[in-house]
Amino acid sequence: MSSPAIPAETTVAASGQGRTRGSRFDVDRLVDLGFRGQATLVYLFLYLPILVVVIFSFNANSLATIWTGFDMKWYGVALSDPVVHRALQNSFIVAIFTATIATTIGTMAALGLQRVPRGIRVVYDALTYVSIIIPEIVIALATLVFFAQTFDLLNPILSGTGVKLNFGHPTIIAAHVLFNLSLVLLLVRARLSGMDRTQVEASYDLYATPWRTFRQVTLPALLPAIVAGFLLAFTFSFDDYVITSFVSGPGSSTLPLFIFGQIKRGVTPETNAVATMILLFTIGILLFGQLLLAWTARRRGGSGDSMAAIVAQQR
Amino acid sequence: MTTIAETAPAAQEPSEPKEPGRWKGGLLTFLLILPASFWYFVLLLVPLAIVVIFSFGTRAPNGGYAPDFTFKNYIDAIQAPDPFFVSLRLAFLGTLLCVFVGLPFAYFLATRAGNRKGLLILLIVIPFWTSFLIRAYAWLTILGPRFLADWIGSITGIEDFRILGSEAAILVGIVYGYLPLMIFPLFVSLERMDRSLVEASKDLGAGRWATFRQITFPIALPGIITGSILVFIPLMGEYVIPAILGYGRVYLVGNALVTDFLDARNWPGGSAQAVGLILVMFLTITFYMWTLNRGRKTRQMNVL
Repeated sequence: MSSPAIPAETTVAASGQGRTRGSRFDVDRLVDLGFRGQATLVYLFLYLPILVVVIFSFNANSLATIWTGFDMKWYGVALSDPVVHRALQNSFIVAIFTATIATTIGTMAALGLQRVPRGIRVVYDALTYVSIIIPEIVIALATLVFFAQTFDLLNPILSGTGVKLNFGHPTIIAAHVLFNLSLVLLLVRARLSGMDRTQVEASYDLYATPWRTFRQVTLPALLPAIVAGFLLAFTFSFDDYVITSFVSGPGSSTLPLFIFGQIKRGVTPETNAVATMILLFTIGILLFGQLLLAWTARRRGGSGDSMAAIVAQQR
Repeated sequence: MTTIAETAPAAQEPSEPKEPGRWKGGLLTFLLILPASFWYFVLLLVPLAIVVIFSFGTRAPNGGYAPDFTFKNYIDAIQAPDPFFVSLRLAFLGTLLCVFVGLPFAYFLATRAGNRKGLLILLIVIPFWTSFLIRAYAWLTILGPRFLADWIGSITGIEDFRILGSEAAILVGIVYGYLPLMIFPLFVSLERMDRSLVEASKDLGAGRWATFRQITFPIALPGIITGSILVFIPLMGEYVIPAILGYGRVYLVGNALVTDFLDARNWPGGSAQAVGLILVMFLTITFYMWTLNRGRKTRQMNVL
């Protein structure tokens, strides 16, 4: 290149920069607007389906997709439908038992794991993550086959006693406890590791017994994680479809199974009314749990690492 | 998921109990972990072991399992790989779409959301935690003939334009269901970003694109990788989305498994596919760990 080209290039660069400087305000605004617009679209995308369900639950028409007018009657229909009653009852039984068992044995294990050799902890970590990583559909089918084989094996032996093992609430609860157990373990262990050990030591120095230390120091410190674990286990169990559909038995069909059946037959405003009530109920529980976790995280001074654990757990 | 696998035990180490002997003996410890161990053993390890054993068996004449030792099921699975390819393609496309939608959104959340950040994140989490079944079936209405499909049809002039039952419908469901899993790790890595780097880049005369390519993107990369894993792995085993939005016409591994197990009652065949699916997941995770270990300097591991 010849020498005159060099100044020319610098001028171009300089003027180019000058132009950016001059119009930067406008470009910045435009970019900002773009980001805001995209974010708004994302929220719209996430909430549109929920809105559709809620809106069409008030549809006067019996078709779920054509809006004809506002009517609350479908809530009455849903609330007086014996099939819905039965499903609701089943869902509650399953969710309460699942949450109670998973929270209890999960918390126990989290406490126990504090004082086992490192090797056992590693095994437990592996089990926790394997139970999360393996697709739900594989777990569901494996559990189904396992129960079927076990029942085939045991029922002839038990035939004299009049007991006959079959699919039902116990099988659903047993399968639900597995994935919620991992969730509780993650939550409580995260809380334990963030706990201030000096309080425990102070308690011992003041000659408190181990049981008293547990009751007055450890348990109160863990309580938010335990309650949050319980609430999340309850919702996940209440909402689960895949595993439930494979290990449920006659008469133990839950609300998600009812909804899936409706989807296959064609959604009605009654379905939407049931769905809206489920959404309201679970969002209420989860907001409560989330507030509890946020409060815990603030007191601990950390960010919500337990939240992400919960997020990863879903499905 | 995997990220937690790395961090949880690491976070545990510093707070080892320092009062050995205060709890008398190992009996209490043993009793504490006994029920959970029982559950993991009976309802996780035994069923998985059964699946692995079944995958080498043959189908009994009237369905179910007959003991055998053969690789026939695996050969069959390899010879009919269509569901695997469909799953791979959709999981790949879905992950890519999630990155495209999630990256600008996470950037907005991390750098421009101001003090409403907490609320905005909560608004992402809430739908994610509620029944996916309910939120998914709402798309039947939205994508259905009365709404989007006829509207697009009338604009483009295509008669009977339909979305439901196509792979496009599955992709919508996928992005809808999995987007938050992409947003969270992206948000965390971008929120850590040192803003002065961007300022420095601008002061040195770099344009927006150059700044994005050389500063923002490398910083977001660990988040993109983690998010991709979080999205890709459950996507490979997805079952509900195609069952609802695909009308059974789009056939993923998850749906093939169910057909094999329940309709054809070919337990060994289904087991072999299940084992294949699990292998794909563990390969993906191994690859992910390997990638992360290579670029370990970033502290992304402690993120999720």
